[in-house]
Amino acid sequence: MARIHKPIPGVDKHLLIKDAAKLLPDPTRRLFLRGAGSLGALTFLTGCDIIDGDGAERVLRKISSFNDGAQALLFNPNRLAPTYPESMITRPFPFNAYYGLDEAPEVDGPSYKLQVGGLVDNKKSWTLQELYALPQEKQVTRHICVEGWSAIGSWTGTPLREFLRGIGADTRAKYVWFRCAEGYSTTIDMPTALHPQTQMTFKFDDKILPRAYGFPMKIRMPTKLGFKNPKYVMEMAVTNDDLGGYWEDQGYNWFSGL
Amino acid sequence: MASVDISSTESAAPESVIHPLWVRITHWINAVAILVMIGSGWQIYNASPLFPFTFPRSITLGGWLAGAIMWHFAAMWVLVINGIIYVTLGIVTGRFRRKLLPIYPSEVIAAVKAALSGRLAHDDLSVYNAVQRLLYLGVILAGVFVVLTGLSIWKPVQLQELTALFGGYDGARYLHFLAMSLIAGFIAIHVLMALLVPKSLRAMIRGK
Repeated sequence: MARIHKPIPGVDKHLLIKDAAKLLPDPTRRLFLRGAGSLGALTFLTGCDIIDGDGAERVLRKISSFNDGAQALLFNPNRLAPTYPESMITRPFPFNAYYGLDEAPEVDGPSYKLQVGGLVDNKKSWTLQELYALPQEKQVTRHICVEGWSAIGSWTGTPLREFLRGIGADTRAKYVWFRCAEGYSTTIDMPTALHPQTQMTFKFDDKILPRAYGFPMKIRMPTKLGFKNPKYVMEMAVTNDDLGGYWEDQGYNWFSGL
Repeated sequence: MASVDISSTESAAPESVIHPLWVRITHWINAVAILVMIGSGWQIYNASPLFPFTFPRSITLGGWLAGAIMWHFAAMWVLVINGIIYVTLGIVTGRFRRKLLPIYPSEVIAAVKAALSGRLAHDDLSVYNAVQRLLYLGVILAGVFVVLTGLSIWKPVQLQELTALFGGYDGARYLHFLAMSLIAGFIAIHVLMALLVPKSLRAMIRGK
């Protein structure tokens, strides 16, 4: 559990995560009982069982779900994330994951096939050659991490909504789920999947997506926090079931919209 | 609670109500909400510090980043809804105008000098001295500032004009931290003064 957020050498110092191990949940501890100072005040003033770890966590998760709904209402499907000139691209762009770069998945390009499933008409798998032949767009947008730091990057690929229409996806379904090579996963809401800037990304900074940034395919969404932007995507499915995700299941807010 | 009348005039008579019920309720709800917001905010800050220091874990809330975010985005509703009620009533009842205005710089300086020499009178709790007026009005404005900068960090796409107003996403993070620092500084002075003048604490609990 100690390996997390190992940056690539030469990354700007302010982008480094100072004490990354802290960010990981420790199953041996009760999640929300840390921080005696603030909680002491809370106990004093409420005098009830809200500070009970499990009870507090249950209430907080309910409020987090409520916040998903509030954010879905705030989400304007036509509102574009700000774009930036290429001169503002953060170089080098930080690598960030719950493992080090040397442990990042190494997906074999020639044998890669994107699996497509769920509520779609055409469930054929896609080779990289076929994917690269799709019309592509470039965006220079800000990647914002749940940790607070941000970095501007350049991503090129196919708008997800074009791909979903092409394969006859049921866009009235609620979710799109992504599974990644290392076992990572995430589920997003359909309005975000259909947002004009949500992209199946094949290039970073005009070059084929390097391993650090998710080769062979990343899903880029400038309207969501970084962890909702999966890398090394192997499979996607259109679904009416919320299949959760790696970080969402551990307590990060599900919608995490910007 | 029979002696508490929300619409009562706040005269200087010793037995009359200094803080009407709505002030006391919103004050203590706000106190809890702001402690949760600051404690969880410090934990969130620690995930990607803006300055070369982090907050000790013993004074942060949430245990880790996801827990802190849950606390922060739960308490924000309490802070904002309670804050809107407080500011609305403060304006509508005329309490802000009556208690916090006017503020003259000369009176502020005189009051600071008096306080530093230990001669600042607190005989009449219903009348705020110039430093109190300045601090109470200032912390209300800091509260508005912390909410607006917080919104601009939370929704830098949906509320991008607001974020731009604060110098973009990164600028808004620094200003949100500044707003927190102003509020934390206020709390430090406010709690110290309440302890030095215990009858002021009693008034905020019992009303008089």
